[in-house]
Amino acid sequence: MNAIVKQLTGLRDWVDDRFPLMKLWNEHLAQYYAPKNFNFWYYFGVLALVVFVIQILTGIWLVMNYKPDAAEAFASVEYIMRDVEWGWLIRYMHSTGASAFFVVVYLHMFRALLYGSYQKPRELLWILGMLLYLSLMAEAFMGYLLPWGQMSFWGAQVIISLFGAIPFVGEALSTLIRGDYVVSDITLNRFFSLHVIALPFAIAGLVVLHIIALHEVGSNNPDGVEIKKHKGADGKPLDGIPFHPYYTVKDSVGIVVFLMLFSIVVFFAPEMGGYFLEANNFIPADPLKTPEHIAPVWYFTPYYSILRANTVNFFWLDAKLWGVVFMGLGVMILFLLPWLDKSEVRSIRYRGKIYKTALGIFVVSFLILGYLGILPPTPGRTLVAQICTVIYFLFFLLMPIYSKLDKTLPVPDRVTH
Amino acid sequence: MTDNTVDPRRRRFLTGTATVIGGIGAGFAAVPFISSFQPSARAKAIGAPVEVDISKLEPSQRIIQKWRGKPVWIVRRTPEMIEGLKGFAPEVLRDPESDKSAQPGYAKNAWRSENPEYLVLVGVCTHLGCSPSFVPEMDAAGMGSPWNGGFFCPCHGSKFDLAGRVYMGVPAPANMEVPPYQFLTETRLVIGIDKENAA
Amino acid sequence: MRRVILSLLFALVAPVVLAASAGGPKLLKANVDLSDRAGLQNGAKLFLNYCVSCHSASYMRYNRIASDLGIPDDQMKANMMFTTDKIGDPIKVAMRPEDAEQWFGINPPDLSVTARSRGADWIYSYLLSFYTDPSRPTGVNNPYLPGAAMPHVLWELQGIKKAVYHTVKDENGHESQVLSHLEPGTPGKLSEVDYQKEMRDLVAFMVYLGEPAKLVRYQLGVKVLLFLSVLLVAVYLMKREFWKDVH
Repeated sequence: MNAIVKQLTGLRDWVDDRFPLMKLWNEHLAQYYAPKNFNFWYYFGVLALVVFVIQILTGIWLVMNYKPDAAEAFASVEYIMRDVEWGWLIRYMHSTGASAFFVVVYLHMFRALLYGSYQKPRELLWILGMLLYLSLMAEAFMGYLLPWGQMSFWGAQVIISLFGAIPFVGEALSTLIRGDYVVSDITLNRFFSLHVIALPFAIAGLVVLHIIALHEVGSNNPDGVEIKKHKGADGKPLDGIPFHPYYTVKDSVGIVVFLMLFSIVVFFAPEMGGYFLEANNFIPADPLKTPEHIAPVWYFTPYYSILRANTVNFFWLDAKLWGVVFMGLGVMILFLLPWLDKSEVRSIRYRGKIYKTALGIFVVSFLILGYLGILPPTPGRTLVAQICTVIYFLFFLLMPIYSKLDKTLPVPDRVTH
Repeated sequence: MTDNTVDPRRRRFLTGTATVIGGIGAGFAAVPFISSFQPSARAKAIGAPVEVDISKLEPSQRIIQKWRGKPVWIVRRTPEMIEGLKGFAPEVLRDPESDKSAQPGYAKNAWRSENPEYLVLVGVCTHLGCSPSFVPEMDAAGMGSPWNGGFFCPCHGSKFDLAGRVYMGVPAPANMEVPPYQFLTETRLVIGIDKENAA
Repeated sequence: MRRVILSLLFALVAPVVLAASAGGPKLLKANVDLSDRAGLQNGAKLFLNYCVSCHSASYMRYNRIASDLGIPDDQMKANMMFTTDKIGDPIKVAMRPEDAEQWFGINPPDLSVTARSRGADWIYSYLLSFYTDPSRPTGVNNPYLPGAAMPHVLWELQGIKKAVYHTVKDENGHESQVLSHLEPGTPGKLSEVDYQKEMRDLVAFMVYLGEPAKLVRYQLGVKVLLFLSVLLVAVYLMKREFWKDVH
């Protein structure tokens, strides 16, 4: 036993002489000091990483049997579901993983809103996170085309056609994205390439940058106080604990709980009532027949609602273009969050009633937008969507004002329990 | 918290337990991923046993049947050909008794087949996987001596007799493989399944 | 956590809303039971004897059905397959697509995943609701797929129902005939209750056909969750031990 340990230590030292193994280990785990007061909301970063690993692994395995060919794609998915041993499990893990990724990322982003994690000096960290979110949206959108069912096809058709609303270059741009006049085999092939190579690389790279940026500025915490301000005699933050072992063991608990919830979906409700796998997507893509009701997958529906909410032409542009513009702005405005928030404090714990109310209304209208996005529009629903869209934008646009007006509570010097 | 004492043994035990259970879980999780490398139902269906009608096969002729993507030869030997399998000096063949070669039990004999008249062989050279050519004539030109008919691999010059047994002094290490097969009737043969091995 | 629960609730409530908004007659409940193996075998027999003459199920292989449902291969070959098919073959249809187009106006769809796209209840309702309609080339119509190109293949078993209409007035005072309900017409070999039981078996088989893994994934899921609970206890104890240091 001792001999083995000695051998392994020897090997470690051999590598360490040639590669900064222990340096990396210490910087990012053993001597990375994280605030000791992380709560429930602080699990979702590591969970996003877990889902990413699940997606990469299952994705590699799916590509072994999937055929990116309009004539064979649908059948190859059913081939995976039936003929390939355990193929069904790998496929369900991937399809559930896609939704789980967004669940986890939305909660991770909401955490930033709760505790002001995007505020100085974490603006770049937030921007990197937003880039990750954008890449993830592109990744999910392109992946959704691959099963080549009716929803895959028409969803892609509708979203790509949106670019057609852009004046002058729109039509040409849509055609450029598709590589054809409709979504076709050519589109499927390039989306496949981007989905399995380009975007996963981009996401992996951004994850590394996101973590490096985080470890440079240090983690925020539910109190929103800087733990680096109070250091002990040894130079270590008094309110910090080494990430390893304390947060590795704590996160392990979170990961196991997550895996349990994940397994419940994979094994007992992989279709999730039609939200993770839609019924219409079990019909092979048919360019001649549009399904009665097309809705994007749930994670896009808030923005889809914003897109549909605009029904008036104003200025010299028509409603369709405004819809696209608002949808784009709806995502892009999040990038500005660090500069829109003028509050003296970070955490919701020490903010006043105004911000708490604003955030509450924002969350409710975001959920309503998401819900309306899965339903076919009616005049009443459109009105609600319009109101919620206005609220969505006002939350951000008025933030410089109300976050300043808000009566904040005194922030403690040290973290609380 | 009041409990200030750290018990390193307990800590090590709990970490070990969690690691072991987690490791077992990772092991279980790896099973589907590794099993999915097995031949799929489609591959199995394509590789299923095939039936061959040999009623039209004339003596000294060969037919080729694809089985699991490989050529399987069925050669109908003449009485002279069967006789020719016996007359080799001990130094001519590498493995005359087929001790180091692959064949079902019923084909481990001098003619390497269930019925001496019909030879069933996977037509792949045991050297590097080329498919040898059929040279049935006695003392064919360029085959050297003795040559009572057989197979010649054009890739690296390996030679086999009419039972698929490899000659000495050629690169192929073993006799050609005999697949599992059985006669359904006198003129119908199924390759890929026999009385000993179900599919 | 509250939001996780909320989104789960959403997922549960929303399909009801969707179904209600989709319109069309109300679906009958199929209530299929995948653990009833005899029922599944009966469903397989019905499917392969009636449906497969026109519909394919080309993602499914005969031997998979045989092994999943415990039907011996030779019985499968003798009673449920075209003689030219091999046991490992997928379920193809004898009819050529061009002929089908000509005979029915459309090519009958592949039924491999129909239970997933249409839902079990829809298939069940559809199979139960053919009624006489002389205006159709097939002589029958169906409220769940008005103008269906498919004839009532099972009429020998069920008989053929009669439609009862009632008159409605729209806001302009125009009267029109609207299908109200179906009532027994020509009787078939089976009683209505027996026919429903047969159709339940058939639909159960089609649910299995849509996703063969359904037969195993629930049991496996229970095992996985049990294992993860054990792991959770181990990991939680470890976490609690380490966090004794943190004050």
